[in-house]
Amino acid sequence: MTKLDAKIPEGALADKWTKYRSSVSLVNPANKRSLEIIVVGSGLAGASAAASLAELGYKVKVFCFQDSPRRAHSIAAQGGINAAKNYQNDGDSVYRLFYDTIKGGDYRAREANVHRLAEVSGSIIDQCVAQGVPFAREYGGLLSNRSFGGTQVQRTFYAAGQTGQQLLLGAYSALQRQVGMGNVKMYTRHEMLDVVTIDGKARGIIARDSVTGALERHFGHAVLLCTGGYGNVFYLSTNAMGSNVTAAWKAHKKGAFFANPCYTQIHPTCIPVSGDHQSKLTLMSESLRNDGRIWVPKKQNDNRKANEIPEDERDYYLERRYPAFGNLVPRDIASRAAKERCDAGYGVGTSKMAVYLDYAAAIIRYGKAEANKNNMHNPSDEEIQAMGKAVVKEKYGNLFDMYKQITGEDPYEVPMRIYPAVHYTMGGLWVDYNLMTTVPGLYALGEANFSDHGANRLGASALMQGLADGYFVIPYTIGAYLASEIRTPAISTDSEDFVAAEKAVRDRLETLMNIKGTKPVDYFHKRLGKIMWDECGMARNAEGLKASIKEIQALQKEFWSDVKIPGEIDNLNPELEKAGRVADFLELGELMCIDALDRNESCGGHFRTEYQTEDGEALRDDEKYAYVAAWEYEKQSTFKLHKEELKYENIKIAQRSYK
Amino acid sequence: MAITGLFLISFLLVHCSLNALIFLNDGGVAFNEGAEFMGTNPVIRTMEIVLFAGLLLHIYDGLRLWFENKSKRPVAYAVVDGAANSKWYSRSMGLLGTLLLLFLILHLKHFWYFSRLTEGLEDHTLYAEMQAVFMNPVVVIVYVLGCISLGYHLLHGFSSAFQSIGWNHPKYMPTIKTIGAIFSIVIPAVFAAMPIAFYFHLIQ
Amino acid sequence: MEGHLNLTLKIWRQKNANVAGKFETYQVSGISTDMSFLEMIDVLNNRLIEEGDDPVAFDHDCREGICGMCSMYINGRPHGPNRGVTTCQLHMRSFQDGETITVEPWRASAFPVIKDLVVNRSAFDRIIAAGGFVSVNTGNAQDANNLPIPKEDADEAFAAAACIGCGACVAACKNASAMLFTSAKISQLALLPQGKVEAANRAQAMVAQMDEEGFGACSNTGACEAECPKGISIENIARMNREYFSATFSSK
Repeated sequence: MTKLDAKIPEGALADKWTKYRSSVSLVNPANKRSLEIIVVGSGLAGASAAASLAELGYKVKVFCFQDSPRRAHSIAAQGGINAAKNYQNDGDSVYRLFYDTIKGGDYRAREANVHRLAEVSGSIIDQCVAQGVPFAREYGGLLSNRSFGGTQVQRTFYAAGQTGQQLLLGAYSALQRQVGMGNVKMYTRHEMLDVVTIDGKARGIIARDSVTGALERHFGHAVLLCTGGYGNVFYLSTNAMGSNVTAAWKAHKKGAFFANPCYTQIHPTCIPVSGDHQSKLTLMSESLRNDGRIWVPKKQNDNRKANEIPEDERDYYLERRYPAFGNLVPRDIASRAAKERCDAGYGVGTSKMAVYLDYAAAIIRYGKAEANKNNMHNPSDEEIQAMGKAVVKEKYGNLFDMYKQITGEDPYEVPMRIYPAVHYTMGGLWVDYNLMTTVPGLYALGEANFSDHGANRLGASALMQGLADGYFVIPYTIGAYLASEIRTPAISTDSEDFVAAEKAVRDRLETLMNIKGTKPVDYFHKRLGKIMWDECGMARNAEGLKASIKEIQALQKEFWSDVKIPGEIDNLNPELEKAGRVADFLELGELMCIDALDRNESCGGHFRTEYQTEDGEALRDDEKYAYVAAWEYEKQSTFKLHKEELKYENIKIAQRSYK
Repeated sequence: MAITGLFLISFLLVHCSLNALIFLNDGGVAFNEGAEFMGTNPVIRTMEIVLFAGLLLHIYDGLRLWFENKSKRPVAYAVVDGAANSKWYSRSMGLLGTLLLLFLILHLKHFWYFSRLTEGLEDHTLYAEMQAVFMNPVVVIVYVLGCISLGYHLLHGFSSAFQSIGWNHPKYMPTIKTIGAIFSIVIPAVFAAMPIAFYFHLIQ
Repeated sequence: MEGHLNLTLKIWRQKNANVAGKFETYQVSGISTDMSFLEMIDVLNNRLIEEGDDPVAFDHDCREGICGMCSMYINGRPHGPNRGVTTCQLHMRSFQDGETITVEPWRASAFPVIKDLVVNRSAFDRIIAAGGFVSVNTGNAQDANNLPIPKEDADEAFAAAACIGCGACVAACKNASAMLFTSAKISQLALLPQGKVEAANRAQAMVAQMDEEGFGACSNTGACEAECPKGISIENIARMNREYFSATFSSK
């Protein structure tokens, strides 16, 4: 069994990164000019990495499948970004952010990486503000903060409900600046379809120009995959339609280990599914749990309208079960609690698969506060309502509007109906401390790697990790590898390995086109999604997982014999693109089930019904499962498990409690 | 467009105020004095050249913009619901401008040609010429239509000019828009009242 | 409440940039009023695939109104009949049973059609690359709270920064002008102290690039503002003009 070397620097936890940064190999500026780096993906991680590396002097090529790097799905992140600034003087610190993240991840993340993340978090805010990111501010002109789940301090920076957009546009502008200066060459509407390895090292990629269908070979001394998560394996998720696992999966098949694939985050506050036609799910920011109260009726199958149910017949189940954190428990806990209530027959709405998120109390609270502020001594109920609604509108207006557009209901008047939905994947390509995968020269950043969130990610930490990796980690750690590559001249893309890689990609595309079956790609994707959601979603068990592995294998066969792809191979062909992605999801889904089946414990987003405490909480098995499961691809449906043991030297590992 | 437009707006104000002297109903005495002053003062005569230059520049700019903008959408939309997002007169400045130009040619022929390029003023006043010209009902209708075109042209042009030169401020823009609207109604209305008043002998 | 619609769709079909396109008419039935407009097109496309026809190509990604990728000109208006939404946020409850819906791509010489309803908006990226940034390399920043910014300025900058780069402003403008897009970025950065340093250069460079891309001039009809899914104000255009004139007069 290969021993995974995470390359964690020696020394005390708090000094590791500082010392490492000061001693890691450097590449001199003249050499940087001749080193080429390929960045795949242009979200927070990709754009920030590409811009920062180009600023350092490397020659960078960036690829994205969308029509512009600004479209990457980081743009949809709503609530905020964490940073241990302690601007609120409420006791925050690097250690506390580190601690909250490890605990939030249910003790399944790597200490050194998480501490580094917490250390650089403050610099991210500084950098973004310097770029002109318009974060929310107080009247005094200083930055404003709010709370997110799983924390008891206010450390989340935000820009209304569009924080991801503003951060991405900041990184995008930095990237476009480098494009304008000629330091970055941008390839939009290009999809990476394989990694090219030469003598075991990543040396480039094969990409398809979506407009012409032409396959292109690109060389790089290093390849960075910043391609996001794989939540779309569930078909319905809060991911963008185009979000996919293809780049990571191709890397996996070229030797990069895939870590903890079963760790999936199901976000508690999403708009419930309304019908079979649905193509995606929409998230309502976690920030809504700052002020909203979540409840279901105390009576089973209660068909009364929400407003007709009196206060004492409502069960505020999160506040009841978790008095210390209340509505702000971490996502995995809130999601499971909602599922538990719905499964027990307390769900609301026509589908009975929803719970209420209620702003009535917050509107009154804010309305009264406004009245006090304005020296109104006897405000009427209408005045309180109007002023309260105005405050809520300022804080969450865009989210409320979004809810109304989708459901046709007015959330200022009736409680919102919410239900959990797939949102984020903590698993991803295994990387060492340098963010390098098991393939030398191949890196994974942001959601595409597995490194920082353990088995459950805390809210507002994805943006933090994406930007930390891109702005402040990779510019240093890549030197450790590239310092030894300065003697490698650019390799011709006419070399044997490139030609062979391109041929393999072409053959696969032609095979797909030539199946000429009877069912559209979506048909298979929906079926895969249903299997995954039912058996590898919020609750899993050995029996179901075993059955679903078989089902998925059968579905793979059916796909490769019956999928129907219209159009041409050498033209814009969205169905062909989708087919390639779904083919990869079909293989990934199988691995997720294998991983979930192997992990005989419950932790974070991975909840095995066989392993729970008496009151229904996740029951970890630290004796046997305190490891990262890193899977090596051997052949179709055969994966080999490698374990990276997780050592906790600074945190006392304990059962996670938010009571 | 904006600079020449604002300049022409300032001219309209002067022109309109002066012509409004006819409403004193003094048989054109005050008006004719004004006309005499405007026709002989060297500063005014110089400004007249600038005015023509401004007008030509405004027309040239307008045509250039129209041609240039037309080329920016080589394939037209099959369905356009312009009313949903903008005012018809904002979208029709070229058309309104063309109508105004046609009107202006007629107008210049009637009065500018008369007062500047003929010896008419010696024995026959501009006031008298107005009285004569506006006896023709067709001319009156054409003048009224010209003033309506002017009104709509101004309704967009006035505030638009401020927007173009960057004077759009949330505090002042509503005021500018109100003044613009009043200006675009009052000035053309006063102008239109002149032929009507003469035609119906409301002034002598 | 959910209802069902039967509709006639007239959709622009164009194989690629080099050939002429034309409208094709399709009937769809049993469309749920809870569907989004794009989900309705999904239904049509899956039927076309099953019938052996080429599905309608269209840009879309996040389907929650923020990525700016979807771009359909529906019944004479960018993003369809509702204000303040993108095509993906437009739901079928906004249409009547039996209605005929005409769907066209954004039309502008600066946005050439790639296929069917897909257009090339890379001109926007080049406008940003010309100057839509603050020149601050990673690591150069001071502490984020060292420079207080009045809340009003920050809020106004945010309102301008909310632009999603979808191009509805260009599509709506009778002159296919990109002034709203360009001015939103110029405004955002001109309003913040971090962006002021380069304000003059930025205004000149971005306007020059905008003109080079072949967008039309602004004639202040206000259609862009009315159709912008994020409600970006044309005040930004005035601010851009101000920045541009002052840069032109004061440039050395």
